[in-house]
Amino acid sequence: MSKALDLITRVRGVRGAMLVSAEDGLVVAEQLMEGIKGGAVAALAASLAGRLRRAMEAAGTGTSVFWHLQAEQGAILVVPGDATGGILVVAVAEPDVNIGLVRLELLRAAEAAI
Amino acid sequence: MADDIRALSAQLAQDPQSLVFLRLGEALRRKGQLDAAMRVATNGLERHPHLADAHDLYARILTDKHDYERAFDEWDMAVRIAPHHTGALKGLAFLYFKVGDLAQAEAHLEQARKVEPDDPSIDQAIAMMRKGTAPPAPTAATAESAPALASAPSATATTAAFDEARVFAGLEGAHEGLLLIDGAGRVLGGALKNGAGADVTDTVAAYLAGVSQEAARTAKLLGLGAWMGLSAEGQHGNVHLAHPTPQALLLVVRERGMPLGRLAILAQRATAMARRWLEKQ
Repeated sequence: MSKALDLITRVRGVRGAMLVSAEDGLVVAEQLMEGIKGGAVAALAASLAGRLRRAMEAAGTGTSVFWHLQAEQGAILVVPGDATGGILVVAVAEPDVNIGLVRLELLRAAEAAI
Repeated sequence: MADDIRALSAQLAQDPQSLVFLRLGEALRRKGQLDAAMRVATNGLERHPHLADAHDLYARILTDKHDYERAFDEWDMAVRIAPHHTGALKGLAFLYFKVGDLAQAEAHLEQARKVEPDDPSIDQAIAMMRKGTAPPAPTAATAESAPALASAPSATATTAAFDEARVFAGLEGAHEGLLLIDGAGRVLGGALKNGAGADVTDTVAAYLAGVSQEAARTAKLLGLGAWMGLSAEGQHGNVHLAHPTPQALLLVVRERGMPLGRLAILAQRATAMARRWLEKQ
């Protein structure tokens, strides 16, 4: 699992990566810079993923494969748990991170985590 | 009771799409088998995510597990889907009482009384609450009433005070892939259709109110400042969420073929139009 997270944290601008249980929002594994509250982020990411999944299913787009939340001073990028046996792969990144690259590494990490 | 559970389980196994999961979940909850009840309820919600009674059942189980925060979310969702769902209104009243917000508790019970003026349990709950005693946690609506509850008119359908058609006038997909809602999940403009062509505007709007709050909380907790947008790739389509004003939320939905970057550009244009329109109101 730590290898899977290594793939993500190697990308420039990524401040941390986590594997999170989608069902209960608990951290399964993490590699985070100091100051990031892993437990809280995990809980909120899982909750947001659940709500987003319901909204997307209702909208007819099917299950979410990847999502990212862009904020003023950073971003959260997530590969939801549906394709990974209930494990969310989460990255916390700087605002100017290469989103396409992080997405690829998250998907790779998700495959490795199954 | 055990026989009932066995019979209901068998019925559900025969027809997993049926609404019998509501009765089975409630029977398990009453028997104290909360984990099993939880599994039944979540499986039911997977199949019927827009059924108010399913959210109501899940909320009751969560309440029994003392997970009041999530129970609140579920009852809140039930009321968004079916504003006259008395079980959910009573549930919210119960939770408001628990946190000491007596005014909100009474307001929700009064709302429930307007829907079911002949239900003595509501009067009883109001009387108990005024005496300082917790009103009883709500019991289940019967599974047979589920379709009626699920199809109760939603608030969003009756609050179209604005000229919705003009919000995104001229923008591609204005009537099937763009949706503007307020902070409470009420539709301000646009419309959404799913792949089968069915109108899913109100349902998606109800779910989105929660998404916006969660996004704001997550960004705030991480010290990332205000959230600006949320892009998501689905199996059959992509979506982008933005907020033209702090209270409003905009959703753009497009087929999978449109890349997220292009979708974000389209969302920016729609956001600017929505902002201008909102300022004029």
